[in-house]
Amino acid sequence: MEDAFLMIVTMASATLRVATPLVLAALAGLFAERSGIVDIGLEGKMLGAAFAAAATAAVTGSAWLGLLAAIAASTVLSMIHGFASITHNGNQVVSGMALNIMVAGLCPVLAQAWFRQSGQTPMLGQQARFGPIELPFAAAVAKVPVIGPLYAQVISGHNILVYIAAIAVPLVGFIVYRTSFGLRLRAVGENPEAVDTAGVSVSRLRYQALILAGILCGVAGAYLSTAHNAGFIRDMTAGKGYLALAALIFGKWKPVPTLLACLLFAFADAVQIRLQGVPVPGIGVIPVQLIQALPYILTVFLLAGFVGKSIAPRASGIPYLKER
Amino acid sequence: MAGAGKAPVWVDLALVPLVNLAAALVVSGLVVAAVGQSPLEALEVLVTGAFGYGEAIGYTLYYTTNFIFTGLAVAVAFHAGLFNIGGEGQAYIGGLGVGLACLAFGGILPFPLMLLVAIAFGAAFGAGWAYVPGWLQAKRGSHVVITTIMFNFIAAALMTYIMVYVLIVPGQQSPESRQFDATTFLPTAKQAFAWIGVDIAASPLNLSFVVALIAAACVWVFVWHTYVGYELRVVGKSEKAAVYSGISPARHIVLAMAISGALAGLVGLNEIMGVQHRLLLNFTGGVGYVGIAVALMGRNHPFGICLAALLFGALYQGGSELAFSMPQLSKEMVVVIQGLVILFCGALEHLFRPQLERLFARPLPART
Repeated sequence: MEDAFLMIVTMASATLRVATPLVLAALAGLFAERSGIVDIGLEGKMLGAAFAAAATAAVTGSAWLGLLAAIAASTVLSMIHGFASITHNGNQVVSGMALNIMVAGLCPVLAQAWFRQSGQTPMLGQQARFGPIELPFAAAVAKVPVIGPLYAQVISGHNILVYIAAIAVPLVGFIVYRTSFGLRLRAVGENPEAVDTAGVSVSRLRYQALILAGILCGVAGAYLSTAHNAGFIRDMTAGKGYLALAALIFGKWKPVPTLLACLLFAFADAVQIRLQGVPVPGIGVIPVQLIQALPYILTVFLLAGFVGKSIAPRASGIPYLKER
Repeated sequence: MAGAGKAPVWVDLALVPLVNLAAALVVSGLVVAAVGQSPLEALEVLVTGAFGYGEAIGYTLYYTTNFIFTGLAVAVAFHAGLFNIGGEGQAYIGGLGVGLACLAFGGILPFPLMLLVAIAFGAAFGAGWAYVPGWLQAKRGSHVVITTIMFNFIAAALMTYIMVYVLIVPGQQSPESRQFDATTFLPTAKQAFAWIGVDIAASPLNLSFVVALIAAACVWVFVWHTYVGYELRVVGKSEKAAVYSGISPARHIVLAMAISGALAGLVGLNEIMGVQHRLLLNFTGGVGYVGIAVALMGRNHPFGICLAALLFGALYQGGSELAFSMPQLSKEMVVVIQGLVILFCGALEHLFRPQLERLFARPLPART
């Protein structure tokens, strides 16, 4: 019993750690796609940010400067996406794909040129990373049964970016549903003509959405290289951007369901690490690969309308051509 | 616009893509300069590395083979109005088909028949993997871009499972199948030229290059000179128009995806049957994504695709040379160029077009 409880505590903690970049990136995608811009480039923005954070932190020794650099890099990439897909009415999927591929190449090239460590950044010391934060009274309540370990090990003891991600969900919800910017954002993704007729600039709104997406992806990338890991390694996002996209679709482009989808996918990841080679009673050994593929399979089922229906913002992916 | 007529065709077909390509190369050059290397020296190494000697040309054409297949795959889907990002997964599963055919029939079937069976298996497996997203798009409205991305990841997981648990040689550490029977090996260019008494440098270039060229010709005939190909393009241009003229968009969407997947699946012919001679993990190495760049560069036309595939083949071969002789420059520089080509030739294709078209526009003939 004691063991099972301990396992739950460790797995819950692991789930939060894996979910953090997914949540941040998925919320970034939420802003972009709610404004009508398809954002396949989450992966590239995160990877670019991860590199910028690690490189800056390695040189300056400051994780916070790294975070700033990550946000800057990711926002610049987001603006390139905007330049192609908003200003020049380019294909948004192609633009996102281009950024993903370009960044996947650019990071190791720059890393090799600057650090000469075969496409990686130097290992970061404790000071140059975001370390765990002990929440108040964590040590004091740790002895209390059930609640104690839950508070001390699951809720307390993460780095600041995990808490930022946690706060980001209600914040994004508030912005999208309770502010006039949010109202316009949702409108421009559904019916840009109406927004334009109301005298609000479609391009401006979409650029603003992409800036927000850039900032969130920047935090996600910084988390990967300066909090969860200690430095940049090539392709360290390993498909997390696409997984976030899947979570966004799974969450029907809404903040809280998207958070739940991220937690589900992250939990699947934690389970998969636990279950490697361990037989499940009554089923036998579940292949790791099946659990790894599960988020993608579920998303396909959802998209197919077999388990509920997920409908994208109506105008997403379509360049807005102002009538002349 | 007063006084301005249409620009000549060659502006749209040749000049705009070339200017976009040039822009991508200039930005790549800036990246090279930014990391403190000489762009001109890099270009020189790249070109010599790709075409400078026999072996290099062989390697360039070997890479070209893959890119022709995946470029054609993207193009066929594109003509039906679909964006198939799943070339990577389809090539992976197609390779599995080729490998299974070789494992099952190697040494049993005589070579020409073996080749046909392997082509059929590779195409069928690739087509099957693309059929599902195609069907979901046609019947359930699930966006093919997202589903094909998901299918790439599912393919990767599936292949890992199959290699690690099913096809691995018992007692062996790395997840690889046993080697195929020697009768299944595709003849290399060196062997083929030796038959006619010409000696060329050894390289992985093999018979599948010819298959790729035949595939390109077939795609050209299919898309522009058959009735079904015409219907496919109608669906791609306007689904409404298709419905009004009695063409079923659903049927043609599924068909286009299946053909697209079949073409991507043939990458396995080159990699598995031509070079590796066994099944292994990650033999696709991003060829599906290069296919997007190739199709965009080649304006979705088989002839253009062959040229663009050659360009990317040269980039890949020259790029590996680059990493060798300029060690400060990581081999990923090629990936940067690839991304920039997709950006400038795809997403930013309208960047220079209006100016160029205005520049070369013929004045409208005066009314008489």
